[in-house]
Formats: sequence, C-alpha cells, structure tokens
Amino acid sequence: MAGYRELLARVRSEIEEISTIEAHERHTAPDAPLFVDVREPDEWEEGHIPGAVYTGRGRLEQRIEGLVPDKARPLVVYCSAGSRSAFAAKALEELGYLDVVNLAAGFSDWKRNGFDVTIPRVLSTEQRARYSRHLLIPEVGEDGQQRLLDARVLLVGAGGLGSPASLYLAAAGVGKLGIVDADVVDESNLQRQIVHATDRLGEPKVLSAKRTVEALNPDVRVVPYQERLTSENVDRILGEGWDVIVDGADNFPTRYLVNDASVWHGIPVVHGSIFRFEGQVTVFAPGKGPCYRCLFPKPPPPELAPSCAEGGVLGVLPGIIGSIQANEALKLILDRGDSLAGRLLLFDALGTTLDEVVVRRDPDCPVCGEHPTITEYIDYVEFCNAVSLN
Amino acid sequence: MAAVRIPPTLRAEVGGARQLEARGETVADVLDDLVERHPALGPQLLADGELAPFVNVFVGGEDIRTLDGTDTPVRNGDSLILLPAMAGG
Repeated sequence: MAGYRELLARVRSEIEEISTIEAHERHTAPDAPLFVDVREPDEWEEGHIPGAVYTGRGRLEQRIEGLVPDKARPLVVYCSAGSRSAFAAKALEELGYLDVVNLAAGFSDWKRNGFDVTIPRVLSTEQRARYSRHLLIPEVGEDGQQRLLDARVLLVGAGGLGSPASLYLAAAGVGKLGIVDADVVDESNLQRQIVHATDRLGEPKVLSAKRTVEALNPDVRVVPYQERLTSENVDRILGEGWDVIVDGADNFPTRYLVNDASVWHGIPVVHGSIFRFEGQVTVFAPGKGPCYRCLFPKPPPPELAPSCAEGGVLGVLPGIIGSIQANEALKLILDRGDSLAGRLLLFDALGTTLDEVVVRRDPDCPVCGEHPTITEYIDYVEFCNAVSLN
Repeated sequence: MAAVRIPPTLRAEVGGARQLEARGETVADVLDDLVERHPALGPQLLADGELAPFVNVFVGGEDIRTLDGTDTPVRNGDSLILLPAMAGG
C-alpha cells in the first residue's frame, strides 16, 4: 500500500505540470487556457486567478462537464500548493479531458509573484440559500447571480405584462427595478395584473408593485415613476442608467417613444404585446438588430388600432408573454443563450401554437436606419381617447 | 392554395376565422382573393389599392418587404402571416 507521499509523487509523475511563470504567460496569451480552481470555498473567496472557474475538489467530477463541456479545451488546474490539484488533474484526464496541466506551485506562488488576483464579491448566507437553484446552473452560477444583483431593469408599465415580468425579475434577484406607470389599481386590472391585489384598489400601481416586489425579495430596490412616459420625461428616466427595458406599455404613443428613446440611449428593449388570445414578443437590440420601427415604421390609424380596454384579453396570456419577456431580460443580463433579437414569436392561446417570423434591420428605418428621418421625440395623439372621441 | 393566418384584430372581418385558405400566385393575388370574399378586410389591409404601410405580411416566416413585396410568389401550401402592430400590455 502506498502512503500519501508515494501516491502524490506517483500522480505528479503521471500528469503534466507547469511553473507559475509559464502559467502566467499562458494566462495573458490571447488563446489563454481555462483556469480551474479546486480549493475550498473560503480559499476561493479570499482571492483567485482572474477568469478562473471554481469547483471544489469534492464535486469536481460531478460538475466539470457542466462547466467545461468541451473536453479538448486546455485547462490549468490549481489549488494552493499543487497537491490537491495534482489529483484533480489526474481525475480530469480520466474523465477524458485531453489538455490538462497542473499549476505545480499553486496559487500561493502565483500571489508571491505579485500576479493579478480577483477577490470575488461574496453572496451572503441568505442569498446563497435564496438563489441556490440559480447557483446550481452552470449558465448562471455565482458570477451570473452577481450580475443579476448588479443589474438595472426598467419596466414600462405595471400592468398585465409588467406584473409577471417584475415578479420573476425580482425573484431572480435583479438588483434594481424601475417601474413607470401613471395609473392606480382598478378592479378590472386584477383578472391579470398579479403584482397587485384587492387591498390595493385605488393605490398607485407603481407603489403597489413596489410593495409586492420588495416583500418577495428584499435584495431588490424598486424605483417608482408614477408618471406617464412622455417626450418631456423620457430622457430623464432612461438617462438614470438601465441595462434592459421591458416594454409592457398599453398604448402606441408609449411604444414608439420607448423605441425611439431606446435607440438613442442604446438600451435593448424586450418587447411584448397582447390582444385577446394572442401575444407577440421579441427583442430590439440597438446596433445589433432591428428596432420597433424597422417592423412597424409608424403606428396604424387610431380607428384601426384596437389596443385598449375595448379589446379584452385572456387573463393568463400576459402571464405567458410577460414571463417570456422576463426570460429574455435575464438572458440579456447574463449574456447567455440566443436572444429573440431578429425573431418575433407569435403565441396563440386558443390554438396553443407558437409561430416565429424573421425581423430584419431596415436600412431605411426612420430611426435606426442609415439616414434617419426622425431625430426627435414624437408625441402621437392618444389612441384610446381618439377612438372614444370618434 | 395558401394558408393565411388571420390576426385577432382582423377576425371580426372574416367571421371569426383564425386561418383561411386563399388562392393566388403572388401575395397581391392572395390578398385580393381574401378581400373579394371578405370585403370588410379591404380597408384594414389596403390603402389606395396597395398594401397598407401598417400591415406586415410574412411568407414562410420572412417579411415580404425583404422579398419582392406584394409580387412575392406564393407556392401551394405556403403559410402567410398577417402581422398587425398590437399595443396592449
């Protein structure tokens, strides 16, 4: 039976090792290998090699294929002094990883050389419990959760679409939610606007939503804007700094205002709209994909735009579309997956069918095209009022 | 024959149908066939005899504005989607 020293010596002789200096050179090269930290969680939290991924030695075999699906990807494994990572390197080779090297003198030697170290921001014990199902997903993990906590999302509308979107974004830990809505909670809202409640009737929607969202997750700060988005206030509100806008407005003038402002402020918009049994959802990413005006250059005439109360909507439909909007917003924040930019989903709740159409950037678009003809905000007439006045 | 998806905003004009079959070699022919059989669709789809600027038509998932407009050929079995702007939230 070999003792620990003999076993370690044998494993080290069977794997590739590199010096700290060489590891540092490879770390700064353009095609840098992935550094895999196999120390204990508290060691990682005190500092690690920049860009490294973390998986403790204990769960290495279980987790590595999720973290690194490509077995040909070059890996540098490290612990504090090169022993634990030697066994880890051996295990990775046995799992089929083709290019694994051990950082022979470990992270302590990396630090002694004065090389860069990242000190991670750490989730609290409560956050670790709250977001545990996110932390288990390789595409989110601790880095992704920190991104969500740092993220700022502006919700235009606290109605049918804004309700599920705000709830799911808050539950996911998006740190700052701005909510723009001038209305108060009305009885006719409660059939679908699940962020509000019967005891909130008459209360401003933004304050009702703030109460619900902050009760759901104290990590979230809600900034209420109890005003209607107009050409007068849109630059002030968008200028406060948002990573993503979730458009759940209920009228065309606001839709076009959100679009034009988002193009000029360079903020992606997750767009959703609903009518009766049908929903549309897409992403408008300025500079990368089409905008709302590439698809609909100008609003339809008011008499052909049944957008408001008279149309009716199945209560669950905004739940589905607003949840897809939350999903797109989270992916944009996490920079994961394929967004709906350039694609529009059409959901039909009656047939339970989902169609997809391609939306292309229009070089002649009046706002984001090569020669824009719209360069300042337009206050369109209020459609619903126009219809009722007619 | 092509299958034309009727958006909810236009279903009142076609007796509530969610999808209609229509004939035509091009998008313009298909729309003419629809309007002939459902005249109430006319003012919703056409302006001065042309496709109204606020109506988007997709053939096989592509916007006809990126194809040949209303001259875009329609083959037997193609799916057309009429996509109106909707503002509800």
